[in-house]
Amino acid sequence: MSQTAALPATFADETSPAERVRGYWGTVGYRLRHDPVTLFFGAIVLLIVLMAIFAPLLAPFDPYKESVVLRLKPWGYRGHTLGTDELGRDLLSRLIYGARSSLLMGLVPVAIATFLGGTLGVIGGYAGRRVNAVIMRTMDVFYAFPSVLLAVAISGAMGGGMVNGMTALALVFIPAMCRVAETATAQVRSLDFIEAARATGAGTLTIVRYHVLGNVLGPVFIYASSLVSVSILLASGLSFLGLGVKPPTPDWGLMLSTLRQSIYVVPLSCALPGAAIFVTSICFNLVSDGIRSAMDVRL
Amino acid sequence: MSATADQRDIGGPAQPLLIARNLAKHFAARGASKSARVRAVDDVSFTLFKGETLGIVGESGCGKSTLARLLLHLIQRDSGELIFDGEPVGAPRGITVAALRRNVQMVFQDSYSSLNPRMPVQDSVAFGPFVHGRRKSEARRAARDMLVKVGLNPDLFGPRYPHELSGGQKQRVNIARALAIEPRMVILDEAVSALDKSVEAQVLNLLRALKQQFNLTYLFISHDLNVVRYISDRVLVMYLGRVVELGPSEAIFIQPLHPYTRALLGSQPSMDPAHRIEQPPVTGDPPSPIDPPSGCRFHPRCPFAEPVCAQRSPELGAWRERDSHVAACHMLDPASGHSKAMQ
Repeated sequence: MSQTAALPATFADETSPAERVRGYWGTVGYRLRHDPVTLFFGAIVLLIVLMAIFAPLLAPFDPYKESVVLRLKPWGYRGHTLGTDELGRDLLSRLIYGARSSLLMGLVPVAIATFLGGTLGVIGGYAGRRVNAVIMRTMDVFYAFPSVLLAVAISGAMGGGMVNGMTALALVFIPAMCRVAETATAQVRSLDFIEAARATGAGTLTIVRYHVLGNVLGPVFIYASSLVSVSILLASGLSFLGLGVKPPTPDWGLMLSTLRQSIYVVPLSCALPGAAIFVTSICFNLVSDGIRSAMDVRL
Repeated sequence: MSATADQRDIGGPAQPLLIARNLAKHFAARGASKSARVRAVDDVSFTLFKGETLGIVGESGCGKSTLARLLLHLIQRDSGELIFDGEPVGAPRGITVAALRRNVQMVFQDSYSSLNPRMPVQDSVAFGPFVHGRRKSEARRAARDMLVKVGLNPDLFGPRYPHELSGGQKQRVNIARALAIEPRMVILDEAVSALDKSVEAQVLNLLRALKQQFNLTYLFISHDLNVVRYISDRVLVMYLGRVVELGPSEAIFIQPLHPYTRALLGSQPSMDPAHRIEQPPVTGDPPSPIDPPSGCRFHPRCPFAEPVCAQRSPELGAWRERDSHVAACHMLDPASGHSKAMQ
């Protein structure tokens, strides 16, 4: 009794550290803002996105304008800062425009898969038993095929084009996403704090929203961000086979595959689309790394 | 506080807060044949009076925690009846499970896993009031008040995450979490067992103080006999899913009736070296609850076992009053035919 009575009196003397009155997401935001590495690479991601949005303003030339005379010119030739491609189109302009389709092909399928796969995984992991078995065995069917083959098969069946390509990629990513979310949910579900939350009389949705999601979103986000670069690469594979982005639309993956034949003529130019994909995916990975450590409050 | 407690008190102080009648929970045994059932809780009946602390003791695996979860409807009972303050739980004319949970809360043994690792502890405490319709800011204020009551400075500890607290502090938070929705009864499932001795004593004293302050009724589950003796008014002894003895705390500790209770008390090392026993009081492991022994479940380990013990299951004597001391043993029943039953 003496403790409970004595303590409030001492509280008044202490100056309260007001800076720490924030919830979980507030803490995550605070930690992100104080992480220079993540901020730096986040800024690069933002620049790439802005570059894609404002491509018409930034590109020095028309990315579709072909010229027989200007084929495969080196860097800096007559104002073409990064040279030209095999059809005489300005490479810098095509790289800038290429960010549009590459980012779309990288982000949209992952976003769709994260939402659908994540939802299915959380449902399966939380409900357990039959529901879980039905969802996860269905996902296992997709696991039977290698992801590239599956993407090719799906978009081949639906026909080419960007929308079909994105749908195919989303379908390829859903099972893996679902599994990540299911594992994380099932792990959290068995802990006492979920039982304690049930004991307070909270409904399933409230528990999932306040107690499950915070613990599941971490691994899901990490996995999603690592999928972005995979998605860009798979999309370029589809484009290469004529199933994704159709030429002459500028796309990094497509550019990589068409410039491939000229690698002995203009080796530096050939590497450019690859470098763009590399920089974009490494930035996404580093940002997701930063988000992961910001979300893990134990670190 | 007492005014609100009176409002919620339907049947008056004489009416038991909780009556459990013939509660049973059997689990399907994994890896065994289809018909094998783990009889985790089998035919358990007891009465919990308002304002008392009922201690539940027994070996690991005797069904204490299953019983606790049954009482809160965290798992469904197979059969039996629960009556909370005169109203059957889950029955058409009684109170709902939701209403039961508003009145009964639980503190778990593992203080770490019973707090959300990604939630500041004040938000964990505030979750209960929030679920029961308070606004977020109100709920947080209530949570901070409750943290003060369990002896934690809310400015210092409220925004922390569970991993930043010690075991004792975490268990204080768990107690605050349980009390935040102002329950009338708290189930403490091995709540102090994982704490070291000095912290355990602090938390026990805190629990006593809070019981006074909030008019609480405790169901205190533990395997630690000293702790149970210290905190309990009455004690219930469980063995393999059954109640073997029930009575006032002092009576049970001074004059245990059931051979199992005697063995359990005998298993504590005496403070006096001259009185230390050479032989273990009970030998062997408790039998598997999948296929429990016939008759009295303790008979394979009981030094006084006779044929009647294997044939018939002894009845727990009739307990009508608070102070009655009963045990389920043939030696206490003159009609049983046990040779020692004639005393």
